[in-house]
Amino acid sequence: MTAVWLILLIPLVGIVLMALIGHTRVAGWFNVTMSAVSFVVSVWLALIVYADGPLLSPSRMLYIDAFNVYLVTLTAFVGLTTAIFSRPYMQHEVETRQISKGRMRLYHSMYQGFMFAMLAALTTNNVGILWVAMEGATLATVLLVSLYRTPEAVEAAWKYFILCGVGIAQALFGTVLLFFAAERVVTVRDDALLWNVLYSSAAQLEPTVLTLSFVFLLVGYGTKVGLVPLHNWLPDAHSEGPTPMSAILSGLLLNVALYALVRVKMIVDGSLQNHLAGYLMMAFGLLSFTVACLFLHRQRDIKRMFSYSSIEHMGLMTFAFGIGGPIATFGALLHMTVHSLTKSAIFVTVGHAAQIAGTQSIEKIRGLIRTQPTVGWGLLIGTMAIAGFPPFGVFTSEFLVLVATMKSWPWLTVPLLVGLAVAFAGLFRHIHPMVYGDQPEGQVPVKANMLPVMIQLGLVLWLGIAIPVFLSKWFEQATVLISGSSPL
Amino acid sequence: MDFTQLSLYDQAILLFAALILFTSFIMLAQPRIVPLIHAFAWQGVLLAVTTTLVAYATDHPHLYISAGMTFALKALLIPWMLHRLAVRLKIHRDIEAVTYPSLTLLAGASLVVFSYYVAIPIVQLSALVARNAIAISIAIILLGMLMMITRKKAISQVVGFMSIENGLFFAAVVSTYGMPMVVELGVAFDVLVAAILFGVFFFQMRESIDSLDVDRLNRLREGDE
Repeated sequence: MTAVWLILLIPLVGIVLMALIGHTRVAGWFNVTMSAVSFVVSVWLALIVYADGPLLSPSRMLYIDAFNVYLVTLTAFVGLTTAIFSRPYMQHEVETRQISKGRMRLYHSMYQGFMFAMLAALTTNNVGILWVAMEGATLATVLLVSLYRTPEAVEAAWKYFILCGVGIAQALFGTVLLFFAAERVVTVRDDALLWNVLYSSAAQLEPTVLTLSFVFLLVGYGTKVGLVPLHNWLPDAHSEGPTPMSAILSGLLLNVALYALVRVKMIVDGSLQNHLAGYLMMAFGLLSFTVACLFLHRQRDIKRMFSYSSIEHMGLMTFAFGIGGPIATFGALLHMTVHSLTKSAIFVTVGHAAQIAGTQSIEKIRGLIRTQPTVGWGLLIGTMAIAGFPPFGVFTSEFLVLVATMKSWPWLTVPLLVGLAVAFAGLFRHIHPMVYGDQPEGQVPVKANMLPVMIQLGLVLWLGIAIPVFLSKWFEQATVLISGSSPL
Repeated sequence: MDFTQLSLYDQAILLFAALILFTSFIMLAQPRIVPLIHAFAWQGVLLAVTTTLVAYATDHPHLYISAGMTFALKALLIPWMLHRLAVRLKIHRDIEAVTYPSLTLLAGASLVVFSYYVAIPIVQLSALVARNAIAISIAIILLGMLMMITRKKAISQVVGFMSIENGLFFAAVVSTYGMPMVVELGVAFDVLVAAILFGVFFFQMRESIDSLDVDRLNRLREGDE
């Protein structure tokens, strides 16, 4: 039990600590240390859950099962690698963009604040607290998006704030409706928002209310997942904010929002006894996937391009969770993991690439592989991984999703395959000249620590070749939880 | 069902629901900043009164705390903050031209009808009061969104945002007698932080685009410019 509380306590201490010393030169190191401790605790927690099964805290505030335990570990891991990347990166930004001490303090403190919100959203057993934590994540990051105070950054932050705020307000209404349906069924009123109580009494909940509730929840959390047509904030926030922020927004926030959606879908499915929630998710997912694939071609800003790639992959995952069979669910869970790892690795590399070229414009970034081979290769391999090349993990998960689609919705494999091909073309037509191309004069390498990128891409490669037993066991248990049967 | 058959308490709740919806319409049509903030404050007062009424009539003592929080936050603190910001940013005398005011109000009216349509499936399920409350809270949420769409000034968008929160709170109080206390505290905390952040944003916006007109925030576009 200590592990669960510790995992929330550490970032909470982090917020205060970084608010006090966040502007000093050692702050980056402290941030890394805090994140590292979080990661160690998350591994400890994972081991406990691996040994003893699902964990419910005595006060029933926290609930850990196979579905969220690996996301906790993943969140802490990506938080750690991004913290390692952010130390030299932000130092470089302070030197070149004149960021004041106050803003650095804000940056570090809110980095931990964001981690706290994510971990709280993942570990809580209360659907209402889940909402509070998701909104908290928006609040923690919104000032970071405008960190550079350019008109573009302020615009992006405002859009992010308004769109996500209004969007997630819909989710709160969905939660109220869920509570409205549940308090008629559950004996103790205050239990009516506890996820495990809702899940076990799902069959008695009123289907009409739950349908309405799910529509609101889908729109609400869908805004955070970045589903089209509610995605507008995402490319802006990713391209204008500091790059470590993009890495954790893409790698973690979108995942956690999708996690919230799937948790709710599990309840709604139990009540409705039909596939309505799945159909809605499939439609939204496929629309997002298609639109994002097409928009990839039109981008001029490298971070914007990869944020569209995030929308594409989130769309694919939403689609896969919508199909809902064991294979699709397994694929979607795996895709969540590999996408997070790959995308945060890519954003780290992109951050260095943009610092080398001094711009984020795709047309001006050239010849990376000659200036700084590690960054060039990192970008190339990362893009290969995200485009779904075998033997990387993304290939495996996309393959599983395609297999599941072929089994249940054969004609939908066509748009999926076409979309993947279009996305692949869009990524590589931009990436190729950036990596190879002629090196502009006077371009010099920057101080970069590519170790986290290598570890992450290495993990993605490993997951593509062989999924370790403990991980496949978790995925399998989670699949059983979500879809009701095992894929193997 | 005839309204006269309802208990006095139910009738009072319905009256307050109508008044709260009415304040939403006032906000939608009010072009001046300070009266807009006042209308928002009145909506907060009405919400607090409704909550107290529900707490008294249904004997849910924890709702008194919610009512107190609502009064302090939505009727006093946030309107006061917005008012002070408006004065400090010297926009409190501004009149914001609402484009097509009559059309906006008509759209608002149709949103109310639409909300009642959405709430139809719940009709079989519950009492008249809860049903009306759900329809009206959907309407308040949609009206808040409509306001955010039709307004150009950041400060009126914030008022729209906050009135969406009011609609959510109203739904929670009247249809379910309030969410569990932990959740309500969390939501109130989020609203408070959001209000503070909005204030910070006004200054950032003024610093970077020298205006609080959201229309000026138009640099980020897709693709070829």
